[in-house]
Amino acid sequence: MDFASPRDLDEALAAKAAAPDAVFLAGGTDLMVGVNLAHYRPMSVIGLRHVEETRGIGADRIGAGVTWARLEKHSHRALAQLARTVGSPQIRAAGTIGGNIGTASPAGDGLPWIAVLDAGIELVSSDRGKRVVPWKDFFVGVKRTSIADDELITGVVLPDEVPKIQEFAKIGVRNAMVISTVCCVVMRFDAGFRIALGSSAPTPIRAIKAEEMLNSESSPSDAAITEFGRLVSLEVRPITDHRSTEAYRRHAAGVLAQRLVRRCLAA
Amino acid sequence: MTTRTDSRVANGVGESVARPDGVPKVTGNFAYASDLVADRMLWGATLRSPHARARLVTLDTSPALAMAGVRAVLSQEDVPGALTFGQEHQDQPVFCDGEARFWGEAVAVVAADDPETARKAIDAIVIEWEPLDPLVDPESAEEQGSVFREMKIRRGDPDAEGEIVIEGYYETASQDQAPLGPEAGIAIPDGEGGLDLHVTTQWVHVDHRQIVACLGVPDDMVRCHPVGMGGAFGAREDISLHIHIALLAQRTGLPVKMVYDRSESFVGHVKRHPSRMWYRHEAATDGTLIKVSARLLLDGGAYAHTSSAVLANAAFFTVGPYRCDNVFVDAAVVKTNNPPCGAMRGFGAVQTCFAYESQMDRLAETVGMSPLELRRHNALVAGDPLNTSGQIIPGSLPTLEVIDALDSIPMPDPLADDDPLHMPGGTGLTTPFSAVRRGVGYAVGLKNVAFSEAFDDFAEARVVLTSSGAEVHTAAMEVGQGLVTLCQQIVRTVLETENVAVIWNDTSSIGSAGSTSASRQTQMTGGAVHAAAVGLRDEILSDHAGDELRGDGVYRNGDLVASIAQVCSNGPVDHWVRFRHPPTEEPDENGQGNVHAGFAVAAHRAVVDVDPELGLVRVVRVDTAQDVGKALNPQALIGQIEGGIMQGVGLAVMEELVIDDGIIKNPTFTDYLLPTFLDAPPVEARIIEEPDSWGPFGAKGAGEPPTISSTPAVVAAIRAATGKALHRAPVRPEDIIGL
Amino acid sequence: MSITCSINGESRTSSAAGFESLLRVLRDDLNLPGSKNACEQGECGSCTVLLNGALVCSCLVMIGDCEGTEITTVEGLADGDMLHSVQTAMVAEGGVQCGFCTPGIVVTGAHLLEHNPNPSEDEIREALSGNLCRCTGYGRIIEAFEKLSGSNA
Repeated sequence: MDFASPRDLDEALAAKAAAPDAVFLAGGTDLMVGVNLAHYRPMSVIGLRHVEETRGIGADRIGAGVTWARLEKHSHRALAQLARTVGSPQIRAAGTIGGNIGTASPAGDGLPWIAVLDAGIELVSSDRGKRVVPWKDFFVGVKRTSIADDELITGVVLPDEVPKIQEFAKIGVRNAMVISTVCCVVMRFDAGFRIALGSSAPTPIRAIKAEEMLNSESSPSDAAITEFGRLVSLEVRPITDHRSTEAYRRHAAGVLAQRLVRRCLAA
Repeated sequence: MTTRTDSRVANGVGESVARPDGVPKVTGNFAYASDLVADRMLWGATLRSPHARARLVTLDTSPALAMAGVRAVLSQEDVPGALTFGQEHQDQPVFCDGEARFWGEAVAVVAADDPETARKAIDAIVIEWEPLDPLVDPESAEEQGSVFREMKIRRGDPDAEGEIVIEGYYETASQDQAPLGPEAGIAIPDGEGGLDLHVTTQWVHVDHRQIVACLGVPDDMVRCHPVGMGGAFGAREDISLHIHIALLAQRTGLPVKMVYDRSESFVGHVKRHPSRMWYRHEAATDGTLIKVSARLLLDGGAYAHTSSAVLANAAFFTVGPYRCDNVFVDAAVVKTNNPPCGAMRGFGAVQTCFAYESQMDRLAETVGMSPLELRRHNALVAGDPLNTSGQIIPGSLPTLEVIDALDSIPMPDPLADDDPLHMPGGTGLTTPFSAVRRGVGYAVGLKNVAFSEAFDDFAEARVVLTSSGAEVHTAAMEVGQGLVTLCQQIVRTVLETENVAVIWNDTSSIGSAGSTSASRQTQMTGGAVHAAAVGLRDEILSDHAGDELRGDGVYRNGDLVASIAQVCSNGPVDHWVRFRHPPTEEPDENGQGNVHAGFAVAAHRAVVDVDPELGLVRVVRVDTAQDVGKALNPQALIGQIEGGIMQGVGLAVMEELVIDDGIIKNPTFTDYLLPTFLDAPPVEARIIEEPDSWGPFGAKGAGEPPTISSTPAVVAAIRAATGKALHRAPVRPEDIIGL
Repeated sequence: MSITCSINGESRTSSAAGFESLLRVLRDDLNLPGSKNACEQGECGSCTVLLNGALVCSCLVMIGDCEGTEITTVEGLADGDMLHSVQTAMVAEGGVQCGFCTPGIVVTGAHLLEHNPNPSEDEIREALSGNLCRCTGYGRIIEAFEKLSGSNA
C-alpha cells in the first residue's frame, strides 16, 4: 500500500493526479470504520495531516480540514451547536467538516447548515484548479457526490449574508455518540426564514414551500408557525430504517421546524 | 508465650476493599483473552451464513487452503467427535450441517499466519446457498409446534374470580449483553497431543465438557483456563469460538488465536429472549390479588442453549413478589430462525417483571391506591408460599423493608434550568424547558439465586495456608464483578491473615465452581471458600489443640501455642470443599415443588423528564433498595447495583436488537445504543441486610436484581409523564407519540 | 511500509502494511495491548490515546498517517511505579470492574484534568461521553473524578 504525506495542498493534488484511485484521509473517522469492519483495503492513501491550507476559518470560507472540536467554538451559532453533537470528544478532535461533506451521509450533521446557507463546496484539482459547486449540485444521492476523481474538497464557501440568528437541533435516542434521527437548521435572513434538514431525504433537504408560506407574513403568527411545521413534515422525504420510521421522522421534522422558528424569533 | 493484642485483620468482610486487579487494569497491564499471544501463533477467522435460513449447496474450501500462509480450513466434515454442542441440549452444529438456521451461523474456520490472511482465506472459500423461508414469527412457531420447552403452572382454584380484572399484552425486545471485551481466546497445543484453552467464558468446566466431546478426546487432553474477562452478563455462558480454535490447534499443532470484532460478537453470542406476554390479573376491590393468569411466549432462536431454564424462570416469576393463591401460566419458548437466545442478567425474570409491574400499576390506578401502597398490601415475604411453585420462601425476603426503604429516599428537585445536559434530547437542543413533563414510576422485582429445578449445583474451592499467607484455589470466573475481592475478604476474616492470593485453577486442577451467572458466585463460590477456610481453621485448631486461629498462629486461652511457621512446618496445609446449596426439586406437571434454593428482592423508583411531543426521555435518576443479606463489600455492591440499573435503563429506553426476517439490522455500537455518561442517571441505593440462610455471612447474590425492576420503573415513569399506555420495552420515541 | 513515531516517549517503528489502525499496530505489532479493541469504529473509546496532544480513538487513526507523531497510551501515564492520579482514584473509588473500558477512561480523564483541573459533574460527563462502560453504570467513575476535581480546587 502507498501512503503519501504531502506537505501542502499542491503536493496533495499532485499526488491525487498521479494516482486517481488514491483516497484522501482527513480525520479518518469514516474511512477507518470501513477498514476495520467492512475490510476496505485502499491501495493508495493521501494523508492530509500536514496540509495546512484547508484548516482556515474566515468570514467567507470554512476550510475542509477544520475539526468539529474547533467548530464547537465557532461564532456561527448553529454551527457551534451542531458541532457539539457530532460523535464524541474523540471524534470531534479528529473528524472534519470536509470529511462530513465527502462522506455525504443523509445524516451528516454539518450538511443542513451548508444547505440552509445555500453555500458552495470548494473543490480543487491540480489540472483544472478551483471550482465552487452549489451544495444542491454537489450532494446527488445517499453517500454520492459530484466530486471528480482528481478533486479534493478544500472548503465551504459562505454567502455574503450569514445570519446571526440561526438555530440547530438534532434528535437522537441517546445523548452522545448518536446518529441523527432528524436534524434541522433554521436561519433568519433579511428576506425571511430558511430551513434545511438532515436524515430526512437522500441528501440534505430544504423545505422551500414551507419557507414561502412562512415568509409570506412579515412576522409569523402562531398559526403560521404551526402550518410551517405541517408543511415541513410533508416536504421531507424520509425513510423507515433500523433507526426510526418515516412517520416519526416526518412528525419530528415538523416539530423541530416550529421550535427552531420560535427560537429564532426569541433571539 | 505471646499474648494476643490485635483483634481483627484489615480488609475483611464488610469493608469496601479495593480490587486486587485494579492497578493492572488502570495501567493497561491486565491480560484479557484478546491480549494473549504465543510463539508461532496462528490467527483464526470464521465464515458465517449470510442467510437466516438456507440450504448449503456447495462448500469448497480448497481455494482457501491453497493460499500462502493458510494452515487449515475446517468445516463439518473435519469434526472428529460430536458434531453438535450445547450446554443443556447438544443441538447446535459445530459447523453448518447442510442447513443454516440463523444469520451468522458458523460454516467454516480458517487458521493462517496473520489475521489479514485468515480473513482473505474466508473470502476465498467458495460457497453457494439456496435460501429458504425463515421461520421468524414466534406465534407461528408455537402453532407449528416448533418449541424447545413448554411449561404449565396450575396453582389454586381455576374458578377463582376477582371483581377487578386487568388484562394486558406486553412485549420486550431482544437485548444484547454487549460486554466491552469481545469473544476471544487462544488454544495452545501442549506438545503431547493435548490442548490448553484460554477463552472468554463464565464457566470453564461446562466448556470443557462440550469441547472434549467435539474433539473426540479424553477429558484429560484438554485444560480450560480461567482468563481475563472484559465483562459477560450472560453472553459467555455458552460456547462461542472455543471448539473452533481447539479444532484448529488440534489440526495444525500450533497455537491458534481468534478474536471476534464487534459485529461478529453480536452474532457470536446468545442474547436476551424477546418476549410476548398476555396477562390477566384479578383482584378484590381493596387491591388484594385473587388470581393471575398469563401466557408467556419467548423466542429462543435457532438453538436451545439455556432457553429451557430461561423459560422456567419466566414462568416461576410470572407474578413477582406478591401473594397470590391462584396462578395459571402457560409458557413456551419457541425455536425459530432468529438469532439464538440464552442467558442475560435477569434470565427470564426481566421480561415478566416488565409485564407484572405494568399490570400492578394499572391495578393500583383502578382500585385507587398508590403504586407502593398496592405493592405493600400484596407483598410476598419469607415463610409465604411462592405464588407459582407453592414452595415456602426460605431464608429472608424483606419485601416490605425494601419498599419502605425506597420510599424513604428523598425525591430529586424539580427541573430547575434549561442547560441542555439536563434536558431530554441533551446537546441536540431539541426541547424547550416548557415542553418537559416529569414522571415518577416504581417497580419491585423478584428473582431466584443460583440454579434451580434439581440441578446438582455445586462449587469447589480449596483454601491453603502457607507460612506467608493464604491462597484460594478456584475455577470460578471473575468477569469483572469482584468475586476475586470477596474471596480474599472471606479468607482474611476467617483465617485472620491479611495476605490472601486468589489462584485461578484450570479444569484439571480443581472441580467446577459452576457458572458465574444466576447471581450465584457470592453465595456458591463465596460459600465454598468460606466453608474451606472454616474447615481449614478447625483442622488447624484441632491439630494444635487451640481455640483461636490468628494471623500469627494458633492460640489457646489467649496464648500463642503454635506459630504459623510451626503450623506449616510440614508444608502448606489446605482444605478442599465441594459446596452445595440446599437441594431443589423438579417441578411437577403443574409446576409445583421446591424448585428454587433462594430468592432476592429489589425495588426501583425512576424519575424521568419527557418531551412528549418528540418522544424523547431523560432518565433523571433511579433510586433503589435491595435485599442483599449482607453487604460483603459495600463499594463493589454499589458498583453492581449501579451497573445493573444501567442495563435496565438501556432496555427501557434505547437498547434493542432490531431483527428483520432473522437478520440483525444494527450489529454495531453505532446503532445498538448503550447508555453513555450523558444518559446515565445518578443512583441512590439503600441496602437491606437481613441474613439469608445459606450464603457466607448471610450474603445473597446481588448481580441480577438491579436489572430486573429498573426497566419497568423507568417505563412506569414515562407513562406517568405522558399518560401513554406503553406496552413495550424499549420505549421508542414513536411509541410515546403514538405513531 | 516503515512508520516511526514516538510512543510514550520512546521511538518505535512498525513495518505494518499501512492501512491498519494505530490500535491494531499498538496491540499486535508493538506489544502495547493496553489500548482495547471493543468496537473498532470509534463508538466506545476503549482505545483512546493522545496523538500530538489530541484525544483520539486509536482505532480510527491509520498507521500510515502516524509518521513522526507523538503518541501517549495508557501504558505511558504512570511514572514508573507512581500511578497517575486518575489511575489511583479509579482503583480507590471502585471505578474499575471488568476494566476493559478503563484504559480509555483513564486516558480521557487525564486529558480532561490537564485542561480543566476542577471539572463539574456535567463537564466530567460530557468529557467522558465518548467512553462506554458496560459494568459500572458510571457512578463510581464519576465519583472518582469528582474526588479528583475537589482535590484540585
